[in-house]
Amino acid sequence: MTQASLFRQITDFANRANPYPLYAELRKTPVLHEEEDGPYVISSYWDIEALLHDPRISSDAANLAAAGTDALAQAEETGGLPPSFIRLDPPEHDRLRRIANQGFGPPHRPRRIENMRGELGPIVNGLFDGLADKRQFDLVDEFAYPFPVTVICRLLGVPRDDEPKFRAWVDPLVASLDPDTRENPDADFVKAAQEARMQLGMYLAGLVEERAKEPREDLLSDLVNSEGPDGSMTMMEVLSTAVLLLIAGHETTVNLITNGMLTLLRHPEVLERLRGDPGLSVRIVEELLRYEPPVQIVPQRTCIADIEVRGVTIPKGARIWLMLAAGNRDPERFTDPERFDPDRGDIQHLGFGSGIHSCFGAPLARLETQIALSELARRLENPRLVEDPPPYRPNAVLRGPRHLEIAFDGLR
Amino acid sequence: MPADYVDWLRREGRIVIVGASLAGLRAAETLRAEGFAGELTLIGDEPYEPYDRPPLSKSVLLGKASAHRTELPHRREIDAKWRLGVAASGLDLMANRVRLADGDEVEYDRLLIATGVRARPWPKPEEARLDGVCVLRTRDDAAGLYQRLKAGPRRAFVIGAGFAGSEVASACREMGLPVTVAERAGAPLAGALGGVIGAVAADLQTENGVDLRTHVMVTALEGDPVGRVRAVHLSDESVVEADVVVVSLGSQRNTDWLAGSGLGAGPRGIACDAGCRAFDFRGIVTDDVFVAGDVARSPHALFGYQFLSLEHWGNAVAQAETAAHNMICHGAERRPHLWMPAFWSSMFGVNIKSVGVPPMGDQLMITQGSLAERRFAGVYGHQGRIVAAVTFDNTRWLEFYQRQIERGAPFPVEFATVDRRPEGRPMDADFPDPSLPTHGPMVTLSGYSPADQQLVFHPARH
Amino acid sequence: MRLVVDLNKCQGYAQCAFLAPDVFAMHGEESLVYNPHAPEEQRERLARAVAACPVQAITADGLDGTGEQGTGSAQEAHDAR
Repeated sequence: MTQASLFRQITDFANRANPYPLYAELRKTPVLHEEEDGPYVISSYWDIEALLHDPRISSDAANLAAAGTDALAQAEETGGLPPSFIRLDPPEHDRLRRIANQGFGPPHRPRRIENMRGELGPIVNGLFDGLADKRQFDLVDEFAYPFPVTVICRLLGVPRDDEPKFRAWVDPLVASLDPDTRENPDADFVKAAQEARMQLGMYLAGLVEERAKEPREDLLSDLVNSEGPDGSMTMMEVLSTAVLLLIAGHETTVNLITNGMLTLLRHPEVLERLRGDPGLSVRIVEELLRYEPPVQIVPQRTCIADIEVRGVTIPKGARIWLMLAAGNRDPERFTDPERFDPDRGDIQHLGFGSGIHSCFGAPLARLETQIALSELARRLENPRLVEDPPPYRPNAVLRGPRHLEIAFDGLR
Repeated sequence: MPADYVDWLRREGRIVIVGASLAGLRAAETLRAEGFAGELTLIGDEPYEPYDRPPLSKSVLLGKASAHRTELPHRREIDAKWRLGVAASGLDLMANRVRLADGDEVEYDRLLIATGVRARPWPKPEEARLDGVCVLRTRDDAAGLYQRLKAGPRRAFVIGAGFAGSEVASACREMGLPVTVAERAGAPLAGALGGVIGAVAADLQTENGVDLRTHVMVTALEGDPVGRVRAVHLSDESVVEADVVVVSLGSQRNTDWLAGSGLGAGPRGIACDAGCRAFDFRGIVTDDVFVAGDVARSPHALFGYQFLSLEHWGNAVAQAETAAHNMICHGAERRPHLWMPAFWSSMFGVNIKSVGVPPMGDQLMITQGSLAERRFAGVYGHQGRIVAAVTFDNTRWLEFYQRQIERGAPFPVEFATVDRRPEGRPMDADFPDPSLPTHGPMVTLSGYSPADQQLVFHPARH
Repeated sequence: MRLVVDLNKCQGYAQCAFLAPDVFAMHGEESLVYNPHAPEEQRERLARAVAACPVQAITADGLDGTGEQGTGSAQEAHDAR
């Protein structure tokens, strides 16, 4: 073979700007296993959907570490904090997620997200104020990043002014989620991720102690003061959960908004419709979650039994990568899948995953992105891409542009 | 039949649907969606346009919705003639005519019967007439029951701990009302899910403050001098004072109007083939009478081709769509109705779901979670195959088990699953003796005979 | 507006209860109760809920996700910020 294996191409940065032709190649081998110790890569919609609901698939970090070549998973354990619920199986996963949900959504807090809607508009307006004198800006640094960070800080009860401090810890942690670095972690890299996780944990520990003494109307207070049939979280569990929510709240919505605006600028007729009809943002966001999902791959699953997928037996103990973004463009599932079409009736995407690990923050991400995109469409006069494709971040899992320069003629 | 008959039928034929509820409406929509341009008539005995029933025992009794506002959204315009508030009273198969209770007659070229079921009344009419004795099936029933419960009775009494009865008990506790539930079997839901799961449901009831009485029958309802129900007498000789009594003894198929018509209709429903065509009483399939929804009995390939009677919301929708499709297409384009039985219920804040035919299973294995925590997934086995699954607050795993049933996967389950507990070993599912009728199992295997003459349901022998 | 939820499909993701809490509510962790007759002022929130349902289980007058009835959700919903 003159070309790198398909599997290696997934993490190859050359495919970052447009991984979709590669995904189409992957779907031709719906169960791809190219390297003896490597994962089984699943790329078809129905297979991914089925495996996300398959109780023979484990998310437990310990199983994953046992499956080998995942030094990072082990590194996390020694990073001082226990795994968060995203890397646990039931019953621990269910218990921790239920407790976290007590402070986040129904049935205990049915209006926490609904009540934030009123705050989102002013945050966005504040960001536009910063653009008033400009004719070009970086959507990532000046809008798509600060918006969800402000929101997640407010939700958790983390002072927004501390953001530069913890951004220095979040970045290496996010980088550590990249499967490329997972495959070949050097000692310094692992150490940096470990260190960052510990630092972030210590920073949050200070806040959590304050909230334990003096609860406020925020999610951290609810996490630390939880009670009910599931009991309460230990301090370490509170910290793991808070780190998870803080990172997830940072790193997914920024890509959804950025990928969204990039897609709209590439489809000016849809952008124009959105300008006249903010309600269209609802369907645009769902189609974006299919067409350009911010989480492209679920690389953290292990088989705990032999599983047959399309006639291929995946042995017990093997690792599995679920290629959500490839499944989302599977022609066996969606008609005309390579077309961005917010009017499609059938948008049952895998953008937020499915099953028990489906995205915890989905309703918040939806609201944020709906508002961000409809306001960008409404406020920016004649917006244009300065560079297409834009520069991308290296991460293949949490895929998105590092910067997105947009020129415009003024604010409306 | 000449092929051009179907073309003519599609263009200008007359289709009559008897039964204007979920199945009737969805069938009408499908007919129009698939290009039926002829005359469409819907006949319904209730004076209301099609409404949804599941919310009546849930949202409505929880005060979250009005009993009078559960009309079903329409998927499309159906341009139909509605004959509401008048029941069909007879069928003349030779003349292709439906007789109505008001003496009118409606002619059809093709007929769909979707008359559903009604609540089984308390078998002693004079006691059933006592003020405060209710059933729950229609929106009027629900409105009446909700008013009575809201008025704050001293105690409500539910006869029968199937799903409907248990949901009523759950709503009563939600409203803070004292409630007694009487069940002839050893546990609630035992007829539908077996005694092992029934024991979980029993704990759920008692922990939520329900006064649950099992292995008992109600022998009499006692009225006061002005005709209001005052007390319930039980077979263990106890007497419970109550001023609302909800009779929840399952349902009866609405087939009486077909007596003497020559169709294969009886107390277990109307037999039809997998293409939804009704059988006549001789076992010959008709070609212009179709059946869908709760009133139908049809053979299912996955369950040994036995006739299945399903009182399931999803079955009504799927069978209506299949029947409508088959009514207006050529023979070769007909589809079989192969819907996987599935239902849901919720009570005391717990979500209960099932796929397959649990009463067919004799063994049960809890594959995930724990009965004691009331969060689990379990599978039912019969002759070495998985035939059904049930979840309590674990619905996201259920589709996996559905695929296992579809594939005829072996039972017991040999592979590992997440959250397997030591209790996850095969055990007797503990269904009650099938010769004793239970309350509302909702899925019934009803044998191979389209004539259905062998079974008559006796609700209570006192 | 009339609506109906196919509770066979529903897997308790609760997106509707987050996005239209006056129409949908969770009863316990996983079971959904809802008002099948939502007042007109809930149209915009209902449109969000219909579109967000991960299993596309909600059918509502004029807001169907099937696309058969045009783009009702898009045209009739207005952001009320």
